[in-house]
Amino acid sequence: MSDSETYFIPEPSPWPVVGSLALFISFVGGSLFLNGSAPMFGSFILGLGIAAIIYMYYAWFSDVISESLAGRYNSQVDVSFRWGMAWFIFSEVMFFAAFFGALFYARVLSVPWLGGEGAGFLTNAVLWPDFVPEWPIDVIPNFSKFTASVYDDVIHAWGVPAINTLILLTSGVTLTFAHWALKKNNQKGLVRWLFVTVCLGIIFVYFQAGEYHEAYTELNLKMTSGIYGSTFFLLTGFHGFHVTMGTLMLAVIMFRAMKGHFTHENHFAFEAVAWYWHFVDVVWLGLFIFVYWI
Amino acid sequence: MSEAAVHDDHHDHKPTGIGRWLFSTNHKDIGTMYLLFSLLMFFVGGAMAIVIRAELFQPGLQFVNPQFFNSMTTMHALVMIFGAVMPAGVGLANWMIPVMIGAPDMALPRMNNMSFWILPFGFTLLLSTFFMDGGAPAGGWTMYPPLVLQTGNAFPFLIFTVHILGISSIMGAINIIATVFNMRAPGMTFMRLPLFVWTWIITAFLLIAALPVFAGAVTMLLTDQYFGTSFFDAAGGGDPVMFQHLFWFFGHPEVYILILPAFGIVSQIIPTFSRKRLFGYTSMVYATVAIAFLSFFVWAHHMFTVGMPLAGELFFMYATMTIAIPTGVKIFNWVATMWRGSMTFETPMLFSIAFIVLFSVGGFSGVMMSITPVDFQYHDTYFIVAHFHYVLVTGAVFALFAAAYYWLPKWTGHMYDEGLGKLHFWTSAVFVNILFFPQHFLGLAGMPRRIPDYAVQFADWNMVSSLGGFAFGLSQLIFVVVVFKCIRGGDKVTDQVWEGARGLEWTLSSPPPFHSFTVPPKVTEESAHG
Repeated sequence: MSDSETYFIPEPSPWPVVGSLALFISFVGGSLFLNGSAPMFGSFILGLGIAAIIYMYYAWFSDVISESLAGRYNSQVDVSFRWGMAWFIFSEVMFFAAFFGALFYARVLSVPWLGGEGAGFLTNAVLWPDFVPEWPIDVIPNFSKFTASVYDDVIHAWGVPAINTLILLTSGVTLTFAHWALKKNNQKGLVRWLFVTVCLGIIFVYFQAGEYHEAYTELNLKMTSGIYGSTFFLLTGFHGFHVTMGTLMLAVIMFRAMKGHFTHENHFAFEAVAWYWHFVDVVWLGLFIFVYWI
Repeated sequence: MSEAAVHDDHHDHKPTGIGRWLFSTNHKDIGTMYLLFSLLMFFVGGAMAIVIRAELFQPGLQFVNPQFFNSMTTMHALVMIFGAVMPAGVGLANWMIPVMIGAPDMALPRMNNMSFWILPFGFTLLLSTFFMDGGAPAGGWTMYPPLVLQTGNAFPFLIFTVHILGISSIMGAINIIATVFNMRAPGMTFMRLPLFVWTWIITAFLLIAALPVFAGAVTMLLTDQYFGTSFFDAAGGGDPVMFQHLFWFFGHPEVYILILPAFGIVSQIIPTFSRKRLFGYTSMVYATVAIAFLSFFVWAHHMFTVGMPLAGELFFMYATMTIAIPTGVKIFNWVATMWRGSMTFETPMLFSIAFIVLFSVGGFSGVMMSITPVDFQYHDTYFIVAHFHYVLVTGAVFALFAAAYYWLPKWTGHMYDEGLGKLHFWTSAVFVNILFFPQHFLGLAGMPRRIPDYAVQFADWNMVSSLGGFAFGLSQLIFVVVVFKCIRGGDKVTDQVWEGARGLEWTLSSPPPFHSFTVPPKVTEESAHG
């Protein structure tokens, strides 16, 4: 089990309670903004809360990093971190599963039912006889409710999305090169390959933003474009957010690598971020296949 | 094992003042905060239940308007589930898992503190909605659209409460998994783990798999409301029923999140007071795993009347029935543990035996409702209200009381007042049945749930139920007296406390040192569990 006879227990720390307070402030601000009771004040509070969250992360990780560099962590702590990160990623997988579930439900069940399949015969005949059950749906069942909804086209798989797939897959490879360099204690190679990976992440987000711009300004494809727009923007949006976070995490790891924080046998922070990056990559493959391609 | 007591002398420097609690990295202090918080929320949710029963005492509208009544049912459920039962379970896990597996603390102590401190903030978010335009959420704790979209200014607060409490629970679950997988003392193999620890690992996996789906579902509600998406709106190609599928994919595992730790508690207590080892330990473990696994394939039994295809109705009916098998294994194992034991009936044992009997009542009505055609009669009536209160009050809550009485002497070093404990048990056990058993009759006769007024034919049993409710509520004050008396003082107890108790927690002093095991104890088959 543990390689040393003593356990590591951290001293009392203010950051957990600061983090809880920061989350609370953010959610209060977000709520006041969204429900329209105090939009200006709410967005100010939200900004304050997010700043507090960022500060909490900075301070908490600073503590962890200095403890790690001081050699206070034994291999048992390392394993605890591994369990923690692995199951955190699993919880993220389940979060995306909810949105994939919504996508499959719409494509396999609700859209065909609205088109008259099975018990939906009367729904279609009486309510929306003009609705054609296709995917992507060309006609929104009820135009009057979703007026902004008739989109000219959707984003096709073999344009920017295919390039983005290539970019993310490549970034997985370059990250592995960075890991190999680290294992050989080649610090220069580590930083160089991390830099390439961060750049690929930034390019991905840039392309994704361009795609959104095109969807909104040229294709009239919006969040309000019925169930297609809903699933498209929430799935790609949450993924894009995760890529952004992953890129930030990689950048932090890169700066830490430049400071020489990692050795070839002790670098779990690097591996945790690598796991996260590969998770984001796999989610993208699911998106590419089910949202863009088929 | 006694080295632990020797070593703690120079490790036992407790932080002092408010900082001890705000900045804690100690599993016992955090566990204590969890438990006290859940006790507070138990009374907040209980006060709402009293309002409900007062309004239903007679037909007609007496005290509150229908909107507020619906807020009461909604908030009662949210507070009791997320504020009372879940935090009590996590609090017990915090206190007991490290001492049961021979660890110094939880694996990730700082994150542990964040899991707790989110709760008071989360419930401030939720309870503040009472003072907003449009009132507190009133669409039911299940938050079905389109009804829930009519919530007033409280709407985003409700959604974000789910998010923030979800973050807390997921961090707690990750911590429990890391602790059990990584911090066990040498010799504490998986098949030597106390059953309470086993049920909590399984619960932690359920939390991690189910809660993110709920978070995703309520996020879709939020975007439907404010960003024009149409996930749950047929006019845009979505489906309101889709929310129910997503919700119950979380919601059914959630009921096992509430009850599995209770199974674990009872599996600790029954052997102690029967002075025998737990009968069928291995089958208990596998039954727990089976229940958890099956819980992901039965969710649509909550929505038999929603208009699913026949194949779906049949699948979910049979899948649901299979859960009765591993649950039956557990019930029979508890009974077999008591068989020919040298039994004594201290308060924890009384609550545990009542748990077995009354949880089974709730289990049987569950089997009745799993039959699809029959469920068309029961759906959304008081029969379902009676069912889930039997499994959650006489099930989960009784087990939590049992746990509190069982471990209070260990936590405080003092024996609780056995006379008051027994009084608390008997008043609770009698009045809870007066409270909930008549609701079976009301439901079978057709009284719908979540309605502030009812036909006069339901008047008699409602009055009986309300009287039982008031008395049950008052009985819980005895528990508060017992707890605080016990914290303040009482007869000193030995390390083992109970004659038949086995397991690592009873090898530590009462109360245990600030850091439980500073040196890993050696665990053998004999010393492992009850």
